[in-house]
Amino acid sequence: MSEPAPIHTRPWIAAGSLAGILLALALPYLLSSYYLGLVIKMVIFALFAMSLDLLIGYTGLASLGHAAYFGVAAYATGLVALRLGWNVWLALPAGMLMAALTGALFGLLALRARGSYFLMITLALSQVLWGIAFGWRSLTGGDDGLPDVPRPDLGLPWSLTDNTPFYYFVLVIAGVAAFLLIRIVNSPFGYALRGVRESETRMLALGYNVWRYKYVSFVLASVFAGLAGCLYVYFNRFVSPDYVHVVRSAEVLLMVILGGAGSLIGPAIGAALIVLFENVVSAHTERWLMVLGFVYVIVTLYAPRGLTGLVQDFRKRSARP
Amino acid sequence: MNVWAIHALNGVSFGMLLFLLAAGLSLIYGLMKILNLTHGSYYLLGGYIGLTVVRATGSFLLAVAVASVSVAIIGALMERFFLRRFHLQELPQTLLTFGFLFIFADLALWIWGGNPQTMPKPEAFGHSVQLGAITYPSYRLFIIGIGLVVGVLLWWFQEGTRAGAMLRAGVDDEEIARALGINVSLLFTLVFALGAFLAALGGVLGGPIMGVYPGADFEVLLLGFVVVIIGGLGSLKGALVGGLVVGLLDNFGKVFFPEFALFTIFVPMALILAVRPTGLFGRE
Repeated sequence: MSEPAPIHTRPWIAAGSLAGILLALALPYLLSSYYLGLVIKMVIFALFAMSLDLLIGYTGLASLGHAAYFGVAAYATGLVALRLGWNVWLALPAGMLMAALTGALFGLLALRARGSYFLMITLALSQVLWGIAFGWRSLTGGDDGLPDVPRPDLGLPWSLTDNTPFYYFVLVIAGVAAFLLIRIVNSPFGYALRGVRESETRMLALGYNVWRYKYVSFVLASVFAGLAGCLYVYFNRFVSPDYVHVVRSAEVLLMVILGGAGSLIGPAIGAALIVLFENVVSAHTERWLMVLGFVYVIVTLYAPRGLTGLVQDFRKRSARP
Repeated sequence: MNVWAIHALNGVSFGMLLFLLAAGLSLIYGLMKILNLTHGSYYLLGGYIGLTVVRATGSFLLAVAVASVSVAIIGALMERFFLRRFHLQELPQTLLTFGFLFIFADLALWIWGGNPQTMPKPEAFGHSVQLGAITYPSYRLFIIGIGLVVGVLLWWFQEGTRAGAMLRAGVDDEEIARALGINVSLLFTLVFALGAFLAALGGVLGGPIMGVYPGADFEVLLLGFVVVIIGGLGSLKGALVGGLVVGLLDNFGKVFFPEFALFTIFVPMALILAVRPTGLFGRE
């Protein structure tokens, strides 16, 4: 769980960020539409993983059902766009609002408990939503899902059905969201969350309302996950019960653990790696689920603190004489 | 009236299957503080292995024995070679069992295919019996009987045997139990195997009435969780009461609100959490 260095003390971080931003802007001219689609998926899942990192890495709450908020927002956005014809500026907030409400309700229940109960309850609640998405055919289309969700119409000369303008659309929204997340974890509120992660009793003794901090963090994480879900439904133009399934929750959890919880950038990299890896594996075999399981076991055994943890260990080792 | 009685009996027999599942989940948690997400897989593997044995030999009894014992061995190996490395580390243990859940789910899909399959009932319980005014399949009564027998045996094991006393000592204070010369490490493996055994038993017994199909692992895991959330983790009594409550609610829910079947178990779970976050019989 490393703290990111303040940006002014590390000039090479600023230079690296600038180069990264320029590369991100140039990508549509470097990649084919197919690979650009893959990058869009990476960006969306990076946002999704960062939202979960707010819970795991900064608040110390490991949710096993984070796909619930991603999926609820995706369904809400898909439904209002399809059935009511709402445009993106209404549909996106509608999806995030649904995610916030779901997070507010589930948070009330899950935060009643701690430890293993919290893990169980988050997983159980998300599976209840999956059951509803699967069973309530008249609203959700059951396992057929909702096809033909239109891409957003921004009223610009470029149609977002083309991946290049859509990529910039996703990049801007995810970029703003990532900026907000970084601001949140580096604010006094974010430091209080770290305090809760390290010792609830100490924070209580210091006069902090621990429950309220956890609850706000839980709802915030739901909203950002929901935003990722909204973007993903526009990207795929489709939403199905898979969006809410425990496998989706497991994937995003692995992204966070693989990247290294508590760094935001780690989970984002973890997300890009898993999306890329899934793409490669799926091209060769249908056994992605099994591969996912093995990656889980291997990461837990050999890199329990993720890639950022490995980097730290490596630095420590090379710093020793 | 008769329809109600039949639905209630269906709920109780399903509740007994959930009890078999939740009892293991609860025992394992009580002793080792491991939240075993692979528990649903034991149920699924039990069903599939049982199915294979029944098709090969035609013997239901042999199917029960082979499936339960082989899955118990799988459980023991998981505990001995993987989970033990992370003793009392909640998140790594949960992640490991999460990984195994997917490995077993995909393995089962690979070996046995994606189509739902039904297990033939054992011949001795292939007919229906007259219960007062209703005719009821004897196989479901057999499941209720097995559930009660297992419940009594587990209770006797915990309260009445030396091994049970060791188990209780391990639950209460692991270090003191070790200091007293109790082989707690062996106890861990045995209890894990017992939990897997019970889940696989549920899988085989459930085969003829629920079918054996991909996704059953996730489904029963969810229901098992709801059972222990309601009953309380680590409590045998909680597993039984919770199993019956969830079995009945699930059954009546599917009858009356087929589109919102899961909602009928969600509401009582939410109520319990609001009033008693550690469940009816759980202890903090």
